[in-house]
Amino acid sequence: MSLLIGVPRERFAGEKRVATVPEVVAKLIKQGFRVAVEAGAGEAAQISDEAYRQAGAEVVADRDQLWAMSDIVFKVRAPSPDEVALVREGATLVSFIWPAQNPDLLQALAGRKATVLAMDSVPRISRAQKLDALSSMANIGGYRAVIEAAHAFGRFFTGSITAAGKVPPAKVFVIGAGVAGLAAIGAASGLGAIVRANDTRPEVADQIKSLGGEYVPVNYQEEGSGVGGYAKVMSEGFQKAQREVFAQQAKDVDIIITTALIPGKPAPKLITEDMVKSMKEGSVIVDMAAEQGGNCELTVPGEVVVRHGVTIIGYKDLPSRLAKQASTLYATNLLRLMEDMQKTKSLEGDVVNVAMEDEVLRGTTVINKGEVTWPPPAPKLSAAPAAAAAKPVAMPPKPKGHGEASGPMSGTKTAVLFGTAALLFVLVGRYAPASFLAHFTVFVLACFVGYMVVWNVTPALHTPLMSVTNAVSSIIAIGALVQIAPDLTKISTDLSRPNEWIRWLAVGGIALATVNMFGGFAVTRRMLEMFRK
Amino acid sequence: MTASLSTVSYLAATILFILCLGGLSNPETSRRGNLYGIIGMAIAVIATIFGPQVTTAGLPYIVGAMVVGAAVGLYAARVVKMTQMPELVALMHSLVGLAAMLVGYANFVDPAVSVGMTPAERVIHEIEMYLGVLIGAVTFSGSVIAFGKLSARITGKPVLLPGRHLLNLLGLLVVIYYGYQFINSHSVAEAMTPMIVMTVIALLFGIHMVMAIGGADMPVVVSMLNSYSGWAAAATGFMLSNDLLIVTGALVGSSGAILSYIMCRAMNRNFLSVIAGGFGTDSGAPAAKGDAVQPAGEVNPILAPETAELLREAKSVIIVPGYGMAVAQAQHTVNEITKALREKGVNVRFGIHPVAGRMPGHMNVLLAEAKVPYDIVFEMDELNDDFPDTDVAMVIGANDIVNPAAQEDPASPIAGMPVLEVWKAKNSIVMKRSMASGYAGVDNPLFYKDNNRMLFGDAKKMLDEVLAALKA
Repeated sequence: MSLLIGVPRERFAGEKRVATVPEVVAKLIKQGFRVAVEAGAGEAAQISDEAYRQAGAEVVADRDQLWAMSDIVFKVRAPSPDEVALVREGATLVSFIWPAQNPDLLQALAGRKATVLAMDSVPRISRAQKLDALSSMANIGGYRAVIEAAHAFGRFFTGSITAAGKVPPAKVFVIGAGVAGLAAIGAASGLGAIVRANDTRPEVADQIKSLGGEYVPVNYQEEGSGVGGYAKVMSEGFQKAQREVFAQQAKDVDIIITTALIPGKPAPKLITEDMVKSMKEGSVIVDMAAEQGGNCELTVPGEVVVRHGVTIIGYKDLPSRLAKQASTLYATNLLRLMEDMQKTKSLEGDVVNVAMEDEVLRGTTVINKGEVTWPPPAPKLSAAPAAAAAKPVAMPPKPKGHGEASGPMSGTKTAVLFGTAALLFVLVGRYAPASFLAHFTVFVLACFVGYMVVWNVTPALHTPLMSVTNAVSSIIAIGALVQIAPDLTKISTDLSRPNEWIRWLAVGGIALATVNMFGGFAVTRRMLEMFRK
Repeated sequence: MTASLSTVSYLAATILFILCLGGLSNPETSRRGNLYGIIGMAIAVIATIFGPQVTTAGLPYIVGAMVVGAAVGLYAARVVKMTQMPELVALMHSLVGLAAMLVGYANFVDPAVSVGMTPAERVIHEIEMYLGVLIGAVTFSGSVIAFGKLSARITGKPVLLPGRHLLNLLGLLVVIYYGYQFINSHSVAEAMTPMIVMTVIALLFGIHMVMAIGGADMPVVVSMLNSYSGWAAAATGFMLSNDLLIVTGALVGSSGAILSYIMCRAMNRNFLSVIAGGFGTDSGAPAAKGDAVQPAGEVNPILAPETAELLREAKSVIIVPGYGMAVAQAQHTVNEITKALREKGVNVRFGIHPVAGRMPGHMNVLLAEAKVPYDIVFEMDELNDDFPDTDVAMVIGANDIVNPAAQEDPASPIAGMPVLEVWKAKNSIVMKRSMASGYAGVDNPLFYKDNNRMLFGDAKKMLDEVLAALKA
């Protein structure tokens, strides 16, 4: 018997999403699950029962029966009290839970001896990104926020010159550049608006720019990155500086989209009534933090209100307003979760046995067989690890010697060096014949030229340098050439010169040197050909 | 061709050789530099052959020898693999050494050269000859051993004879003694014994010296032999009173000396201690690590798909290749990965330690062969400060050159050696076959750092898997 996944219809008022879609059903079945869907579950998301049936799911009309037969239940919204009562003992529930905000729900589910995986508790590590439902929902929310704003806003987003006159582009200010904020920035700049954005974490500035936005910094030194890539609560001084920036922006922009959330805390109030008053008539604020109380003082969660001529949109269900897209992404996140569970052998046979040693599953599981396991231990690997504080041990001064180039030589050392050189020169000058001195001069000067030239060689070309110097040193062939058949007539002819010996030694020398001459230049050429930009 | 004309030709060749080395200051100008070298060499050879010192009787021999040499050289240059470059270079050094020896001997048995010399000139000439053959022989045998070591025909480990410093000293004394005999001898026959004894000792000295040097010190040895081959040419120049040879030899000699110096500095080691073999200790054995801090902690392994994921998510990546990449022939896969990442907009750069590989610039040539654009390949000093802003630092087959102990642990045998600071990157990945320590015999605390991951396995195979995962 394979595990049966049950997907009930969402009953929360206004919720249009559904926890699986036909494409995902087909994939789940391929992976060895059976899938049952409550009749009408996908209706609000424009998915018919027939589509589910075609994908291979069983469509069950009776809700109680569906809950009773399912080994694993997929849901979107956290279960209501009457749904909790339907949870079969020992069954597994995968859903948004919000354990921090709903301790009673957690206790109730634990009482059902269920295993609960909370999609809002997926650890924020790179490996878990594919099942991060919060990110996929936030992404949709950000997009939808711009659409809602455009709907309520009485003008074009993009600036243009029409026959009837000039239309200035809309100015959008996005607060918080998390997944939702970035999606909003992308969508708004895609519509042609001038987009500015602010975030307490300065490292997101590049991401903002990459989506066509302009980063508006708060000039106050404080690092805003908390554990796990979320923002943290900022100091009073920072908040003051931040409000000044927002107040300034409010006077200038047409649309403000706020996305500032701090995990487990009410949303920070960033837009004051005074700021709203200062905005132009007809402006729009979309408060994506409405569910947590809102970033704007005047937000009415769940509703659209007009205050001081500004439309304030406080919808709590932005992802749900793009139900089909949201359902597809959420269903895919759940599919990835199932894959991870199969990989970690959490689904052996027909029992669910969560592999709690796996960091991702450990974080996601809030109740394991009736036992509350929330909150999980702190994540080990953050997306942005804390700066290493360890200072290197003080190093002893480097040993001086041949391998030391930095700094000029000490006075005594220089003196000794020059003294030796002077002595050597005096000796050579005193005893060596003139013919030698001429060559000696050439030699010393050539050494200096070589020294100057070679220091200019880029280290990348050291290997070609060696092979080319190698080729050049085959100049020794000249030495052999002059010996092979010298004009002996100028010297006395009675010398017993071993001509044959010398000739064959010279021939050997020429041959060896020529190997180098041709080989060296050819291989250098071959190497240098490879150095391309 | 008159003597004056040939002198002027030599002057032109000299200038061209200097321009040739000067051209290497930049990859853009390097190809032209090589061309200057070729032209210079052609002028020098032609001016000599048709100059006053060679009669037409020698032409057939010259042509024959040159055709054979050119054929061998061109063939070798065409078939050599870029990973075998150090071997080829070592082998070519040995040829210069041998040629210098042969020329020295030919000069030695030729009575015509010393006709009309004053006694002082004669003594100097004999010293030049003696030294020329000595340097040539050391270059020859040392390079042959270096070739053997680099091509793994001889063990790469240091082979140390007991009392080897004493042996070397003894050899030196014998050479000096016979040098004295050599100068005081009155005929070629009389001088032959000192000459041959000296040659044998020089050959043995070359073998002994290079045998005592381990694999990772090879860059120093190869550049040192490069320098010797230059000095051998210069000594021959003195012997033949030929300024072109002197100048060219001096150029090559100082070039090799500078390279050895750069290599030594990059290892924070003394030139003498490298040449004396071992790791700076008298016994020559790898330094005891007793007093060095032992790294503690866990090693975090990683698999190829996760590596690909880390790379894909990174904005900036620095790849640090080492000898392991050359051994595994992984440079082409590295280039494929680089290309894939750059297409995704990842800023990929390469960090090259001066002694990475077995000869100076070895890594640069391998990467160039794999068509990695040279403007993303940087020297250690150019990008060491950028590691804190780097998302992923990937180390391929390198160990000591990324060892944080060099900076953090004053008791470490490699303390003070400049290293690439990969551990300062947000994440580092080290590709290695096992946990074995590197050449210096020092454990690497990098492997135990929290932000480091180990990708075990053959570099080529692992990188192929990473590439496949990247493209998936």
